[in-house]
Amino acid sequence: MSAPTKIRATARDGITEVRVLMQHEMENGRRKDEAGNLVPAWYITEIKALHNGKIVLEGRFGTAVSKNPYLVFRFMGGATGDKIALSWLDNQGNTRSDEVAIS
Amino acid sequence: MEAGVNLGRRNALKTGGGLGLLGLLAVAGLIRPGAASAERLKAAFEAKTMGEALDALGVLVPENSSAIQLTAPDVAADGAVVPVTVESSLSRTEQILILVDKNPTMLVASFVIPEGTEGYLATRIKMAQTSNVIALVKVNGKFYRASKEVKVTKGGC
Repeated sequence: MSAPTKIRATARDGITEVRVLMQHEMENGRRKDEAGNLVPAWYITEIKALHNGKIVLEGRFGTAVSKNPYLVFRFMGGATGDKIALSWLDNQGNTRSDEVAIS
Repeated sequence: MEAGVNLGRRNALKTGGGLGLLGLLAVAGLIRPGAASAERLKAAFEAKTMGEALDALGVLVPENSSAIQLTAPDVAADGAVVPVTVESSLSRTEQILILVDKNPTMLVASFVIPEGTEGYLATRIKMAQTSNVIALVKVNGKFYRASKEVKVTKGGC
């Protein structure tokens, strides 16, 4: 079970800034464990951010996004109480979606 | 058993893709940009050289642009976590891509910027060694570029 994505969204002067911290190992598939076995690739491949159900950012990741991916983006509009949702999909088919209200 | 079968199929679909017919056609310039964007992006993420990555993305020769500000540290002590910020003041920035020249795979991330979202993005990336970090910004179907060298003390890829 994946850990929840931390999202903080603040609206100011007509612009909403969204800070996101996803919890994911982001294994690149080239690292070896203590026993010398290759650790299989395990990383987020797609992310999507929604503001009240409308897409405000879509992203695709390779393996070189840091562990526990961090993102900051900004969009026009947004008001206190509006919903910001962030969902991700990883290369093993796991998904996660979290939602916060703009403060 | 059901889940196992589905997983097998999913993997087959994934690995079966590779560069893919659409990707190959796109690289060959037989498909107009956009028609095969998902396939192209997939190929770009698998690219091992900058040339391959740019080909897969359908980027011809990206123009350097001072309207793109790429912020990254001069020296990164830990290559596992290198903060990068891309800010594009080009109007109607459609896409922002982040690449690292000397990583085992060049393309780090690609973002689609819908109308109403600013051409601004901050994230953290992994770098294997000292290299140029490159931001590509797509505006009106054309790519612009900014780059910055980051010295990496301890590789973290």
